[in-house]
Amino acid sequence: MSVLEHKTNSDAGTASDMIQYVTVVIGGQLFGLPISQVHDVFVPESVTRVPMSAPEVQGVLNLRGRIVTAINMRRRLHLPPLEDEQMMAVGIEYKLESYGLVIDTVGEVLTLPAASSEPNPSNLDRRWAEISGGVHRLDGQLMVILDVDRLLGAMFTEPMVAA
Amino acid sequence: MDDLLREFITETNESLDVVDVELVKFEQEPNNATILNNIFRLVHTIKGTCGFLGLPRLEGIAHAAETLMGKFRDGAPVTQEAVSLILISIDQIKDILAELEAAEGEEPQGDDSELVGKLEDMSAKADAAMASGAEPEAEAAEEAPAEADAADDDDPDQTLERPLRPGEVSLDELERAFQETEIEVEVADVEIVEAEDIAEEVDEPAPAPVAAKTEAKAEPLKKAAAQKSGTEGGEKKAAGGSVSNKSIRVAVDTLEHLMTMVSELVLTRNQLLEIVRRHEDSEFKVPLQRLSNVTAELQEGVMATRMQPIGNAWQKLPRIVRDLSQELEKPIELEMIGADTELDRQVLEMIKDPLTHMVRNSADHGLEGPDERRAAGKPEKGTITLAAYHEGGHIIIEVRDDGKGIDVEKVKSKVLERGLATEAEFEKMTDSQIHKFIFAAGFSTAAEVTSVSGRGVGMDVVRNNIELIGGTVDLRSTTGKGSSFIIKIPLTLAIVSTLIVEASGDRFAIPQLSVVELVRVQTNSEHRIERIKDTPVLRLRNKLLPLVHLSQLLGIYEGEDVDQAIDSDNGFIVVMQVGSQTFGVVVDGVFHTEEIVVKPMSSMLRNLNMFSGNTILGDGSVIMIIDPNGIAGAMASHASSSVAESEDEEQEGLQRKSMSSQNAISLLLFRAGAPEPKAVPLSLVTRLEEFEVSKIERSNGRDLVQYRGSLMPLVYVNDGDGHKTEGTQPMLVFSDSGRSMGLVVDEIVDIVEDRMNIEVGSERPGVLGSAVVKERATEILDLGYYLPQAFEDWFMRKEMDIEALTKKVLFVDDSSFFRNMLTPVLKAAGYDVTTCIGPQQAFELLENGDKFHAIVSDIEMPEINGFEFCESLRRDPRFRNIPILALSSMVTPASIERGRQAGFDDYVAKFDRPGLIAALKDVFSNELGVAA
Repeated sequence: MSVLEHKTNSDAGTASDMIQYVTVVIGGQLFGLPISQVHDVFVPESVTRVPMSAPEVQGVLNLRGRIVTAINMRRRLHLPPLEDEQMMAVGIEYKLESYGLVIDTVGEVLTLPAASSEPNPSNLDRRWAEISGGVHRLDGQLMVILDVDRLLGAMFTEPMVAA
Repeated sequence: MDDLLREFITETNESLDVVDVELVKFEQEPNNATILNNIFRLVHTIKGTCGFLGLPRLEGIAHAAETLMGKFRDGAPVTQEAVSLILISIDQIKDILAELEAAEGEEPQGDDSELVGKLEDMSAKADAAMASGAEPEAEAAEEAPAEADAADDDDPDQTLERPLRPGEVSLDELERAFQETEIEVEVADVEIVEAEDIAEEVDEPAPAPVAAKTEAKAEPLKKAAAQKSGTEGGEKKAAGGSVSNKSIRVAVDTLEHLMTMVSELVLTRNQLLEIVRRHEDSEFKVPLQRLSNVTAELQEGVMATRMQPIGNAWQKLPRIVRDLSQELEKPIELEMIGADTELDRQVLEMIKDPLTHMVRNSADHGLEGPDERRAAGKPEKGTITLAAYHEGGHIIIEVRDDGKGIDVEKVKSKVLERGLATEAEFEKMTDSQIHKFIFAAGFSTAAEVTSVSGRGVGMDVVRNNIELIGGTVDLRSTTGKGSSFIIKIPLTLAIVSTLIVEASGDRFAIPQLSVVELVRVQTNSEHRIERIKDTPVLRLRNKLLPLVHLSQLLGIYEGEDVDQAIDSDNGFIVVMQVGSQTFGVVVDGVFHTEEIVVKPMSSMLRNLNMFSGNTILGDGSVIMIIDPNGIAGAMASHASSSVAESEDEEQEGLQRKSMSSQNAISLLLFRAGAPEPKAVPLSLVTRLEEFEVSKIERSNGRDLVQYRGSLMPLVYVNDGDGHKTEGTQPMLVFSDSGRSMGLVVDEIVDIVEDRMNIEVGSERPGVLGSAVVKERATEILDLGYYLPQAFEDWFMRKEMDIEALTKKVLFVDDSSFFRNMLTPVLKAAGYDVTTCIGPQQAFELLENGDKFHAIVSDIEMPEINGFEFCESLRRDPRFRNIPILALSSMVTPASIERGRQAGFDDYVAKFDRPGLIAALKDVFSNELGVAA
């Protein structure tokens, strides 16, 4: 897909086959979350860790009076932790509860045609593939679509199986 | 209409709806005791309340239904008919309630008398049906099974165990007679149930009633009902709605949601106020002020919907006590203290029933009759005291009587009778422990079952209801002086008073309700931590309290050794009591107590049973709330696991002792390419060398150093790794027969003696797997992979004579590590090696006719050890002469002797590679020599 095509598409952003993505960077990789699912972008501060929880659960934090479960996306994707840098978080809602996905940085909002997304490459790391809803080829880089339902859904079943 | 009655009607209607649903469920699962108990309790409450409100009709029906259900509880089979009967009687109660409501609380006179007449008639019918006399309670128990059994039969006529008396009709006929009209059927069925009841209630049941009479009676009733609906129809509708509509019952969830929203609103308002404060003369100021006021009022209002004075729950009691006093002929005075103590509405609702039960119990069982009191030198009038007060974030409600106290002997005999405990168990119990049996399910000390209390639903229901809301109930009783029940409940379910503690740097909130006390421990103080073996305990007032550190329970201890988590010199012990379990939780610090609003945990975290919720503290941070039940559970399992652990350790210790000489090997720990440690057995390493980086030369596409007069190729642990760019480069040198290889490493860490158990195998070439070395996961490298990288012919060259190449060697070892380690060595010496994981597999191969020139066998193997393996081979003439070498790390004169006896040709120490090769050479040359 060319940049030009991308531009013309964003002009016609209201079209129903266009999806707006909030882009985030996790460990150098660009990810996109459908904007409809992103409620907040915030700096995760004073996160209280939750003993005995899944390793991806960074903890719980107070976001304007709501208790949000923070999920460390680097840990989720088995990436080394980001050191000495301020992490960011995107607030999403899943099954009426608030979650914060802790990521490296938040980028811009992109409007991309739904049709231009491609399925996951078959050789994608299984741990990545299970939370990826496809890939968009952008100019110069790839954007992996974060499938929030799969991301969080998988985390629900795991501890329950364990229990 | 009086408030009491209005409340009763609303409440009873609700209860009846529940009973309806539960009964249907019960019919499907007749063995579900929970449902039955629930129904039984509801009906019991209705009955009880009716009795005191002067509603004999309702009380009668409820009592009868309860009696029938009591039979189910006693094990009578549940039949559809029986359940239908109860359902119909429930409907009847509802009808009466509707009439009651329409008539503004007055039971319509006409209806009442007619019904009583019918009830009397029907009572005898029921008597007949149940083959019982006029004696009510005594025979109730026998009647029930008979009735229930009969109801099981296809033919309802069989309900009779004796022929019909003159003038009597069978239930079946009766039912048929009433089936003509709907209303009649209903009445008839109801009456049957009521009849049973009346048998108990009236002294002289009318004998020999006739069906005709019943039918005749039914007619006016029907008329009356019809007339009622005709004349009062509209009015009834309006009135019917009136009571239920004046007060709307709102689900607590709704209120809770409202409260959360208000909290959010308050927070937002505060933010806005803060912003406006910074901008002088803002036009927002005035409307914001108004918003602020409204918000404050809203908050108060919402809070008010939740908090109510406990007096609301006591409203019914004076009347109940008055009536009880008359019924039991005991003068009773009810004293109420602290009626204005406020508590959460939800909690209030939950303790209403238990309180009523308890007061009734005190009046019925606790207080003596006036004569007895006078004899005991007490005032004739007994006193029941109800007191409520706040205590440390809880509400304490005390129900106290000055009666005779609980009769321990009576309780004991009852407990024995019910099989709840044995004499031997009593021996060890204190009186107060025995007293607690009155809270056991199905326990009742009243010698006879009265309509007041004594069905044994009372106290266990009381306890259950109180525990449901996180409360506790305690009992103190002094013989002759009276007893007192102390209920401790949280103020509200939404707000919990907690103790904020710290463990491993994190703060946690422990609900105060389960905290008994806090103990500060210091080595020199009166309270100090002692250890029994490794189990820490605290001696507290001559009792030993098991201790565990909170961070240990939560698995967040960060230090080296979990057993050292408890610092004997300094610490706080939170003494907790959960149920009957008392234990000490050691924490690093105790901050303060804080009233917190419990927020439910995210469903993702709800599976963690250590926490009951979380909340936002005043400083804005989130804190996890400890669930005392979870902690108690973990405590119990911790104790058992530590027992198991110590057993394991003992086992392991024994094993270690026996294995120490075998499996402890020297490992060289180093790092290469990654921070994780890697290891190789030290015995395989020839030298550790460091070379100046400048000495590393590159030739023919590979790095080399000049070493001892020849070129030594360098091999990297990971493909693509490079050597350092400056300074010196450490490496491990492996030499064999004049050839050397340098394995480039980043850093040599240590040499350790440790057992090496490869716990996780590896698919990656060059890595045998991972083992725990010095308590760290360590990669064990496979040298067999690296050696050919230096010299492709490493394993091929050597002084391979033709003979050696043709020698087939069977190598038996259960350890994959040694198989992997020694196979290359043997191959390197030119042998054709076949490996087996144990003697069993070796036998199979040999049986299949595979020929081997020699066998090298490990000694320490599960199932069949090397000695046995060798002995059995030697017993077989085919293998008598095959050379067998023993390979063991346990090389002692005794074991060598044992090996010789078993028939081994030689005994070689593991890791003695040259020794092994030499021994093999030896046996073959011997063989050749012999052959020659």
